[in-house]
Amino acid sequence: MALPQTKHDTTEARLATLSLPESGWSAPARRAALARVREMGLPAARDEYWKFTRPDTLTRPDVIEAAVFDSGEPPFFNEIDTLKVVFVDGVFDADASDDLSLEGVSIERLADVAGTDIHWAKDLYGTLETNGQDPVARPLAALNTAFATDGLLIHVTGKPSKPIQLTYSHADTRSDAILHHVVKVEAGAEVTILENGPAAARFNKCTEIDIADGAALHHVRAQGRDHERRAATHMFTRLGEKSTYKSFTLTVNGVMTRNEQVLELTGDEAIAHVAGACVGDGDFHHDDTVFITHDAVDCESRQVFKKVLKNGATGVFQGKILVKPGAQKTDGYQISQSLLLDGDSQFLAKPELEIYADDVACSHGSTSGAIDEEGLFYLRSRGVPERDATNLLTLAFLAEAVDEIEDQALADEIVSRLEGWLTRHG
Amino acid sequence: MLEIKNLHVKLEEEDKQILKGVDLEVPAGKVHAIMGPNGSGKSTLSYVLSGRDGYEVTEGSASLEGQDLLDLDPEERAAAGLFLAFQYPVEIPGVGNMTFLRTAVNAQRKARGEDEMSATDFLKMVREKAKDLKIDAEMLKRPVNVGFSGGEKKRNEILQMAVLAPKMCILDETDSGLDVDAMKLVSDGVNALRDAGRGFLVITHYQRLLDHIKPDVVHIMADGRIIKSGGPELALEVEKNGYADILSEVA
Repeated sequence: MALPQTKHDTTEARLATLSLPESGWSAPARRAALARVREMGLPAARDEYWKFTRPDTLTRPDVIEAAVFDSGEPPFFNEIDTLKVVFVDGVFDADASDDLSLEGVSIERLADVAGTDIHWAKDLYGTLETNGQDPVARPLAALNTAFATDGLLIHVTGKPSKPIQLTYSHADTRSDAILHHVVKVEAGAEVTILENGPAAARFNKCTEIDIADGAALHHVRAQGRDHERRAATHMFTRLGEKSTYKSFTLTVNGVMTRNEQVLELTGDEAIAHVAGACVGDGDFHHDDTVFITHDAVDCESRQVFKKVLKNGATGVFQGKILVKPGAQKTDGYQISQSLLLDGDSQFLAKPELEIYADDVACSHGSTSGAIDEEGLFYLRSRGVPERDATNLLTLAFLAEAVDEIEDQALADEIVSRLEGWLTRHG
Repeated sequence: MLEIKNLHVKLEEEDKQILKGVDLEVPAGKVHAIMGPNGSGKSTLSYVLSGRDGYEVTEGSASLEGQDLLDLDPEERAAAGLFLAFQYPVEIPGVGNMTFLRTAVNAQRKARGEDEMSATDFLKMVREKAKDLKIDAEMLKRPVNVGFSGGEKKRNEILQMAVLAPKMCILDETDSGLDVDAMKLVSDGVNALRDAGRGFLVITHYQRLLDHIKPDVVHIMADGRIIKSGGPELALEVEKNGYADILSEVA
């Protein structure tokens, strides 16, 4: 079916600014992805899936300038021993990066190996993204698969001794970065992947993750402090039997963020937890869109998203649990909550359950509220000043999401960043 | 210590006068009790003194050691040495009891220009006081009052009082929801804090709490005023005859 004219024009205008790398093993996947983009068209304001988030700044041909923000703070996860890979405005920075060798894992750059004819990532690159296009179109992810300029291909075969940290620095006010990562965690292997930084004025990032039987992937991400940056990110994750995926995202500031997580539990007894905490003051729009498909028996999924909003900030949550026929004993939990620190902010939530199995336990809840006045008075009556008491209650509100981070050092780092934000924005 | 003069208070939301001229003075080292029927204004008095929103003082004054309380924020009143043990202690999910206590202690010390207490000194102090109130380590770790029984909540109030060491303690129906054993434990906690520098105002419906916390003076409050004051025997009289006699006597 032909696209509506305006959607066609928007899509072609954006495509005209990009060029397809036509070489090597990824070429067929890229060409197919481009065809998908043309078929779906880029998101438009009237699309149901973009009802709460305006996609225009993410799809327009040119980038809106975004000031580079220097927080003066030490980099994220600085105190933690990691293997660091740095991209500046989407361009690999060899000098700032560590040597990519680490026992139990092979790490390569997409740009480095793109020219070869065969690569293990060939079976995955664009595959999980394609699977994730049904039943809901995710054109920005297909665009990413087609045009990604770089990214990491991470093949985990053991248990690397330290986390792999992807740092996305932002230096150019007009940068437009497209990165695509593929992560394959072999049976029984386990890895922690950290991501941090604003990345670019506009960032389109797609990660495809395949977690084999009994394997585990821990993911903690912090999206930097730049106020004017825009980001659309996708994580497509396929989970095998008894595998584990735990992902947490901290979003502090950012004029536009759309984080999509598309998970497919394909093996029995798999566990998937996705969580996020975001704090926004003023010109801030944050959208968490999650789609979890249960397609195996006895799997568990948890979604815990908390948003603190003030001065006109907007939070969006679209979360769906789809339980396929036969996915018995599914345990699905979903909570999305916002704390509105004033009357100007808004939270838009669309929780969905679609269940085709009869022996499942799925629950979801979504709330929006102000600071608990009783709690506030209680704290103040014990001598805690109003602002400190408000911050304490705000952190308490966010705690359920932060608690999803298993590693205490990582969780402490996230909490300290949240405390910093609250102190600055109190 | 605590001096209340001709205090008139109405609800902010509705034009309803609750306190209609309360006069009360609690000297340091003394325990005063306020008794009275439901709706007499006892709890309102405790809330107004601690600075809760929703009340408007239309006349009169309240001061602590000569410092006007009514102009202060709740946290400033606390730092000045006022403490209210809540009738219904508030649950605060996500905030550990210990964190709550340490935040409160350090906030008060900071407000008074004192140094923060070291973590080890603080822990030692809290553990000692918690032990007397039979509050175990588990309860100190749990979020404030969340999932606590009625008795545990009240013991937790007294623990906060012991840790914060205020000059003036107001206990708002601390006996409500307590069984005999819990009442004894809570009363022992309160009695342990009695000293020459500290005043107590114990608000209660029933005389039984006053068997454990022996008051120096008992006031009877009705319709927003203190209508009669006397010694401990006044509480016994209420227990025996109810409020009706006293009310009719005054009327």
